[in-house]
Amino acid sequence: MNREDFNMLKKNIVYLDNGATTLKPNCVKEAIDDYYDNYTANAHRGDYKTSLVVDNKYEETRSKIKNFINAKEGSEIVFTSGATQSLNYIIFGYFKNVLQKDDEVLITVSEHASNILPWFILTKEIGIKVKYIELDENYKVTIDNVKKAITNKTKVISIAHITNVVGDIRPIEEISKIAHKNNILLVVDAAQSIAHTKVDVQKMDVDFLVFSGHKMYGPTGIGVLYGKYDLLEKMHPVNYGGGMNALFTKDGYIELREVPIRFEAGTPNIEGVIGLSSAIDYINNIGINNIEQYERELRKYLIDKLKELDFIEIYNSNTDSGAVAFNIKNVFAQDTAIYLDKYNICVRAGNHCAKILSDALKVNNTCRISLSFYNTKEEIDLLINVLKNSKNIYNEIL
Amino acid sequence: MDSSERRNIILKNYQDNTNRKDVEDSDYIKVNSRNASCIDNINIYIKINDDIIEDIKFNGEACVIAISSTVTLINNLIKKNIDEALNIIDNYEKMVDGLDYDSQVLNELLAFDDISKQPSRKICATLASRKIKEILEKSM
Repeated sequence: MNREDFNMLKKNIVYLDNGATTLKPNCVKEAIDDYYDNYTANAHRGDYKTSLVVDNKYEETRSKIKNFINAKEGSEIVFTSGATQSLNYIIFGYFKNVLQKDDEVLITVSEHASNILPWFILTKEIGIKVKYIELDENYKVTIDNVKKAITNKTKVISIAHITNVVGDIRPIEEISKIAHKNNILLVVDAAQSIAHTKVDVQKMDVDFLVFSGHKMYGPTGIGVLYGKYDLLEKMHPVNYGGGMNALFTKDGYIELREVPIRFEAGTPNIEGVIGLSSAIDYINNIGINNIEQYERELRKYLIDKLKELDFIEIYNSNTDSGAVAFNIKNVFAQDTAIYLDKYNICVRAGNHCAKILSDALKVNNTCRISLSFYNTKEEIDLLINVLKNSKNIYNEIL
Repeated sequence: MDSSERRNIILKNYQDNTNRKDVEDSDYIKVNSRNASCIDNINIYIKINDDIIEDIKFNGEACVIAISSTVTLINNLIKKNIDEALNIIDNYEKMVDGLDYDSQVLNELLAFDDISKQPSRKICATLASRKIKEILEKSM
């Protein structure tokens, strides 16, 4: 769908690495150009016309995001540099101040590094414990296993909505009910889901949620931290400086600005916000449900075709999202990726920032295909053909 | 070296498992070598006796260039003294960097002579040499 909107797709490439980043439609670039060509100014600073335009665009985007994820208030939306910064902000700005020694955080081994390492740091800094919800035989999180992992010390469950290697979709709504029944807060990493399925923070009833702009057809360097308003009020700023203070005096007194402005110190990534705004319009125009349905069909087509090849090992046939982890048997993942690159097919090889997942998958490294609505069955046919001809892979890559 | 000769050497050594095994012997110095930007990750085990490299083994996962260059380098270094070994590594790394080098000491390592034209593969081709060099320098 909509391939004509992407200049990168005119460059004779088959782009199957959408889990890493998505291509950008022309409208996103044009929106950024428009800012630099026609109304460059800082946000929240000036008293002149162009600056007011920037202010309006900036806050309009906040409101657009509020609607996109169905938050209650625009003030629950904080702009960050991406999902990683959002998670770090939540963990060091909120949880570091409310958790105590021996409190437990539940994650899984398939989380992204950005949802593991900050928690590890809190184990050292304040003595919390990181525990793992066990995955089932398809590497999924089941409600039973969530219940089993909860103890009277559990204070937080912090998991991805959709994981970036296995691509399993977590039953967030049900997990949220169990969490809240036990006075546990739920943090959700929506980086891999935000562009592929409807994310509704009220329906899911999550306490915090994060995502990145560049995985949803927007620019790099912009992301979102959603938090319920009463939690954001208790969150401490991680960065102090311009824009976030209402008043300070020379004896060290600081009065903060309101939520969420107090979390956006310094000149914000204005071009990022404007680009993200355009990306959200773009997704809304196609319709997230149409995207989800199309990508699901495409994934089924891909899995069916891959299953016909007996020399391919698929690690996650039984998940519904657009990520497929595979290897050519007895070929190192990176060699496969280099081979596919000879045919301009872009896939990711490695552990995909999920270094502790390897124990569960029983393989250290995989190739990952991650789909978008602009991918086609013809592209998958080409991939399959190239894989079919991979008998002499080393002749081609050496 | 022509491309088919080059490929034959690289493939032959890629499939050579003679020295590809973990070692549980305290006479060996163990070192891990990884490329953080990709996924190459091997352990190298070196046994040095009176200035002579008695043995080198390795194990782990890495791409064809990394594994094959490791095997080829190990084959060149075993039974050499430390000075000779460092000279081989020095000339090998010069070749990989596209600098002037002494081709007389490199033997089959010459199969990697076009890596200098593929900047992204340099870290693969030097996965073992970087760490072995460190160990040898410390052992002098």
